[in-house]
Amino acid sequence: MQHSNIFDYKNYRYFKLAVIVILIALLAFLLFEPAVGHYGGSWLGYGLGTLSAAMVFWMAWYGIRKRRYRSRGNTQGWLSAHIYLGTAMTVIATLHSGFHFGLNIHSLTYGLLLIVVTSGFFGNYAYMIYPRLMTENMGEDSLDGLLLRIAETDKLARQIALMMPDDINNIVTRACRETSIGVSLLEQLRGFQPDCPSATVVRQLTVLGGELSLEQRKLYRDLYSIMVRRESLVKRARQDLMFRARMGFWLYFHVPFTVALLTAMVAHVIAIFFYW
Amino acid sequence: MVTTLAPNIVQKTSSKTGIVTPKHFKLIIIGAGPSGLSAAVHATEQNVSYLLLEAEEAPANTIRNYQRGKLVMAEPRGLPLRSPLPFTAALRETVLDTWEKTIAEYRVNVRYGAKVVGLRRNTKSLEVELADGSLLSADHVVLAVGVQGNLRKLDIPGGDLPQIQYQLDDPQAYQEETIVVIGGGDSGVENALALTGRNQVIILNRAEDFSNCKDSNLSQLTDAHMKGVLDWLLETKPQSIEQNSTGEFPITVFASTPNGVERIPCHRVIARLGALPSRAQLESFGIGFSAPDLEALPQLSAHYESSVPSLYIIGALAGYPLIKQGINQGYEVIEYILGNPVEPADNALLREKFANFCSDRGVEDVLEKIRKSVPLLAMLNTLQLRELVLESNILLAKAGDVIFKRNDYSTTFYLIIEGELDVLIDDDGAPDATLKAGEFFGELALVSGRRRAGTVRASAPCVLIETPRRVMQKLIDSVQSMRRILNEVAIKTIVHLCIGLSLSEEDLNDVANNATLKSYAAGEELFHEGDEADGLYLIQSGSVTVSRLIGGREVVLLYVAAGHYVGEMSLVSGEPRYATVRAAIATDAVLIEAGRMRDIIARNPEIRGELDARYLQHLQDQENRQQLETAFDSKASIATQSTPSNLISFLIQQGVGEATDVLLIDESLCVRCNHCEQACADTHGGATRLDRDAGPIFANIRVPTSCRHCEHPHCMKDCPPDAIHRAPHGEVYIDDSCIGCGNCQVNCPYDVIQMAVIHDQPEPSLWQMLLGIKPKSLAVVDGPKVAVKCDMCKDIVDGPVCVRACPVGAALRVKPEELLSYAGGTSGEATLLGSDGN
Ligand SMILES: Cc1cc2nc3c(=O)[nH]c(=O)nc-3n(C[C@H](O)[C@H](O)[C@H](O)COP(=O)(O)OP(=O)(O)OC[C@H]3O[C@@H](n4cnc5c(N)ncnc54)[C@H](O)[C@@H]3O)c2cc1C
Ligand code: HEM
Ligand code: SF4
Ligand code: SF4
Repeated sequence: MQHSNIFDYKNYRYFKLAVIVILIALLAFLLFEPAVGHYGGSWLGYGLGTLSAAMVFWMAWYGIRKRRYRSRGNTQGWLSAHIYLGTAMTVIATLHSGFHFGLNIHSLTYGLLLIVVTSGFFGNYAYMIYPRLMTENMGEDSLDGLLLRIAETDKLARQIALMMPDDINNIVTRACRETSIGVSLLEQLRGFQPDCPSATVVRQLTVLGGELSLEQRKLYRDLYSIMVRRESLVKRARQDLMFRARMGFWLYFHVPFTVALLTAMVAHVIAIFFYW
Repeated sequence: MVTTLAPNIVQKTSSKTGIVTPKHFKLIIIGAGPSGLSAAVHATEQNVSYLLLEAEEAPANTIRNYQRGKLVMAEPRGLPLRSPLPFTAALRETVLDTWEKTIAEYRVNVRYGAKVVGLRRNTKSLEVELADGSLLSADHVVLAVGVQGNLRKLDIPGGDLPQIQYQLDDPQAYQEETIVVIGGGDSGVENALALTGRNQVIILNRAEDFSNCKDSNLSQLTDAHMKGVLDWLLETKPQSIEQNSTGEFPITVFASTPNGVERIPCHRVIARLGALPSRAQLESFGIGFSAPDLEALPQLSAHYESSVPSLYIIGALAGYPLIKQGINQGYEVIEYILGNPVEPADNALLREKFANFCSDRGVEDVLEKIRKSVPLLAMLNTLQLRELVLESNILLAKAGDVIFKRNDYSTTFYLIIEGELDVLIDDDGAPDATLKAGEFFGELALVSGRRRAGTVRASAPCVLIETPRRVMQKLIDSVQSMRRILNEVAIKTIVHLCIGLSLSEEDLNDVANNATLKSYAAGEELFHEGDEADGLYLIQSGSVTVSRLIGGREVVLLYVAAGHYVGEMSLVSGEPRYATVRAAIATDAVLIEAGRMRDIIARNPEIRGELDARYLQHLQDQENRQQLETAFDSKASIATQSTPSNLISFLIQQGVGEATDVLLIDESLCVRCNHCEQACADTHGGATRLDRDAGPIFANIRVPTSCRHCEHPHCMKDCPPDAIHRAPHGEVYIDDSCIGCGNCQVNCPYDVIQMAVIHDQPEPSLWQMLLGIKPKSLAVVDGPKVAVKCDMCKDIVDGPVCVRACPVGAALRVKPEELLSYAGGTSGEATLLGSDGN
C-alpha cells in the first residue's frame, strides 16, 4: 500500500494526459500550416489560444479548489493535474503565439505566463526536497519548542556568566543579545547570520578559559557546554526557518503573477476582438 | 436548616457512662448528592423520621467539584423526573442554588461533616459509625455516596514503586525533597501548594491550563509559580517511573511533554488522579457484589435493596451514572421503604420501546415474556433486565432483512425473541448455520472488537433485541453465569471460524470443550522461538506480532489481528517453534492442544490442506521479509535503523496494534501547509480533531495526535450518557448527548479527545474566499464545551477530508492489517476468513 506523491499520482495519470495533449498540439501545428502562417489569429491559433486561456483559468481555480474543503475528490489529484497540464499548457500557449513576439500586451501576457510557470517549477523542486530535510533537521521538535529552549539556555548562561570574569560575561551577554534568528526574509532565505555571535562566543570561550579560579573552572565548563548546545539549537532554528521560507517564498511570485497574468490575458483577448 | 445538635449531645452523655446507646432514626440516608437529597426531600414530604449524613460541609460534593460555569445536563432526555427535588439542565451554580433553596424550604434534616466509616447489621437495626467515632442507628439505611470515593492509581510501568503515594496526610513530613505531583485538579494543586517552601515541587498537568481549579487555588498557584517556588509542566503525562540505583534521587519520572520526553529525577511522586468506587469499604459493610472484578456492581433487588437487609443503594453507586436517574431512585426508594408499590419512572420509556411489539400488554408482562423466551436472560434480576431492555433496541425484521454484514465493524449483541436467521460465513451464499428463537449472536465482535466474521440474515420474520457492547460488558462483569456461557460460545465460534468450517458438529464441540482461553498482557509471549509446539493459538481479541532472532536482533515478521491464528507452522512441520509470538496489546487467545489438533488434522484432509497452504504461504512471506531486513541491515550504517521491522515495532508502540484505522503523515512529503487541520476544523464545527505537529516520528512517518479508532475504545468505558459509539465501518464517534464530563478525555491513552465549543462553520462564498474574508459565523452563542474527536468523516461523502485536503498526499489513513505491507512490502497473515479488507 505504498502511497503516491504528486508525480506518480494514479500511476502517472496526468503525466500521460499531458504528453498526449502536447503531442496532439504539436501534430496539429506541424500538419496544418494555415495560409496566413503560424500566428495567434489563424484558426489554429484561435483554437490553441482558446484552449490555453481556458486552461489558465482552470489552473488559477486550483487556488480556490484547494480551500474548498467540502468539495469531493482529492486535492492531491488536482495538484498533480495542475503541474502536468500546466506544463502542457505552456507548450500550447507557445505554439499559439506562433513565435511572434514584440513589445505589446500579447507578449507581456506570455512573459507573465512564463514567470508563473517558472516559479511553479521552483515550487515543485522545493516541495520535493525540503520536507525531508526539515524532518531531518527537527525530528520531533517544533520551532516554538526550540525557541523556548534557546530562551531558557540564554537565561541560564547569563546567570552563570555573572559569576565569571568580565570578558567572559561580556561576550556571553553579547551573544545572547545579538543573535538574530530569521528576522528578515533575506536572512530567513539565507539560513545563517554572518559572523553569528552564537558561533563566535564558542570560539572565543575556548581561548578565554585561562585565568580562572578552581571554582570558576567548573562553572566555565558548564557554560561552555551550554553555549555549544545553544549554538546548535540556534543553527537548527535558522535551518527550519530557512526551509520554511524557501518552501513558501516562490508563492509570492506564483500567486501575484497569476493575478497579473489573468488581468493581462483578459486585456489581450479584448484587444484582439476590439482593436485588431 | 434544622439543627442537628441533639444526637451529638445524647452521644456525649452516654459515652461518659461507657454504654453506647446510639441515637435511633427510622431512616438514615448517607450522602447528600442528588440521589440522597432527593430521598431526603421525599422522606420529608412523607413525614418519615430520618437523618441525612454528608461527609463534606455542603451538599452535592460531586456537583460542587464540577468546573465553574459547567452546564449540567439532564440526560436521558426522555426520562421524566418525578421527585420533589427540582432538576433541569442549567449552570452548575444554578443547580446548586436551587438545591440549597429546596433544602431550606423542606427543612431537610441534614448533618454536614459527618463521614460514615462503618456500617453493621445487628438483630433489630442497622448501626452507622461516623468518622468522629459517634454511632447512630436506623431501621433502614439508604446508601447514596456516589463513586467519587476511591483514589485512582497510576497505571504505568513503575506505578507501584514505594516512592509513589496517592494521598498527602502531613505536608510537614517532607523536607528538602524534589516532589513530582501528578494531576492538575484541585487536590493535586492543594497538595503541591502545601509542599512548597521546604521542597522543590513540580506539577505534571495533562491539560493545557489549570482551568479546572477553584479560583483561590488558581491564584495561589500562579503566585507560587511567579515567585519561582513551584514549577509545572503542561500537556504532560507520566509514561513510566524507574528506580535509580545510584545518585541523590531514588526515582526518575519519564514524562511525555509537547517537546518530547522529559526525565525528572525526584524523591517522591504524589499522584492525584480522581477516584474509583470504594469496593473494599462497601464489602466491609457486608454488601455483596456480583463478581470479583472491580467494575462489578453491588447485588441489588428490584427495590434497590442490597444483600444486607434494609440497606438500600441508589444513584451512581448502584450503577446509574446520571443525575436524573439518581433523583428518581431517591423518590422510589422511599416509596419502597414505606411499602408502596411504585411504577419505576422508566416505565414510560419502556412503553415507548414496546410501541410496536406487544403494545397491548403491560410493561411488566412484556418484560416477563422476553425473559422467558431467551434462556440467557433468566440469569438477570429484574433491575438488570429492565436496564438491558432500556438501553437496547427492539428490532423487527422481515424475512430476507440483513441484520449485519460480514466485515461490518458493529459491536452490538443480539438476542432472538422470535423468528429464525441464517449465518453466512463464506462467499458461497449458502447458510453456514441457523439461529433460532431463544439464541443469541454477535458475541464474537463483542469480545474481539473486530469486524463481523459473517453475515446474519433473517430467514423468517424476527423480533430481536439489539444491545450495545457497553451494556453487555457491564452485565458480563456482574453476572458470572452469563459470562461463562458467553465465553463458551465465543470459544466455539472462534474455533468454528478459524478451523472448523468443514468440521463435524461433534468434532467442533469436542475441540471447543477442550480448548483453553488464555490471557496475555501487552508484550507477553505466547510462545518462544525454539519451544516445543504446544498447540494452535486462535486470537480471540487483541493482536500479536510474530518475530525471529536475525543477526542477534529481534525482527518483527508479521502482525496478526484477532480472528486469525498463529502456531500452525510447527504443527505442520513437527519442528520446534519457528518464531516468537508476542501480544502487541492485551490479548486473549484460545489454545487447542497439539495432540488434539494433530488428531483432527489426520481425520480431516481438508483442514490439513488448508494448514499446509498457510504454512507454505507463511514460509514464503517470512523469507521475503527476512531478505528485506538484511538488505536494510547492510545499509543501516548510513541511515537510522529504519528497517520495516523497526517501523512496525514503532507503530505498535503508538497504539496501532489496537487501532482499526490510524492517520499517518509522511514527513518527507508534508509541506507543512496545515490544510489537513483547516479542512478538519472547517467541516467539524471549527475544532480540528488532529494535531499534525504533535506526535512521535520514526523513519519519516509521524503518528499525529488523532484518534486511532481502537477496537475496544478506552474512551467508551466510562461515558455516563453512553454518547460514544462505533459505526459499522469502524468509526468511533461521539454523538450530541455528550454531557461534557471529560471522562473520555481522561480514559483515552492517546490524548486525542479535547473539550471544545462546537459551532457550525458556514461555507465561505467564492467572493469571500477570493478576498480572504472570513464568513460571519452564525451568531456565536457560547455553547457548552463537549468532547470532540475524529469521526473519520463518516458523514462526509468521499471520506476523511484531512487526507483529501492534503495537496501532496502526505496524509494517509492506514488499517493495521495493511501496516505490514505498508512498512515492508509483502502481504498476508494467517486467516481462513478471506481478505479482511473491503
Ligand atoms: C465532571 C462530571 C460531570 C458530570 N456531568 C453530568 C451532567 O451534566 N449530567 C448528569 O446527569 N450527570 C453528570 N455527571 C454524573 C453525576 O455527577 C453523577 O451521576 C451524580 O452526581 C451521582 O449522584 P449520587 O447522588 O449518586 O452521588 P454523588 O453526587 O457523588 O454524591 C455523593 C455524596 O456523598 C458524599 N459522601 C461520600 N462518601 C461519604 C461518606 N462515607 N459519608 C457521608 N457522605 C459521603 C459525598 O461528599 C457526596 O456529596 C457528571 C460527573 C462528573 C464527574
Ligand atoms: C498559468 C499557469 C498557472 C497558474 C495560473 C497557476 C496558479 C496557481 C495558483 C493560484 C496556486 C495556488 C496557490 C495557493 O493558493 O497556495 C498554485 C499553486 C501551485 N502551483 Fe501553479 N499555476 C500555474 C502553473 C503551474 C505550473 C506549470 C506548475 C509546476 C510545474 C505549478 C506548480 C504549483 C505548485 C507546486 C503549487 C502549490 C500547491 C499547493 O501548495 O497547494 N503551477 N498555482
Ligand atoms: S478516542 Fe482514544 S480511546 Fe477512543 S477510539 Fe480514539 S484513540 Fe481509542
Ligand atoms: S478524518 Fe475527518 S475528522 Fe478525522 S482528522 Fe481527518 S478531517 Fe478530521
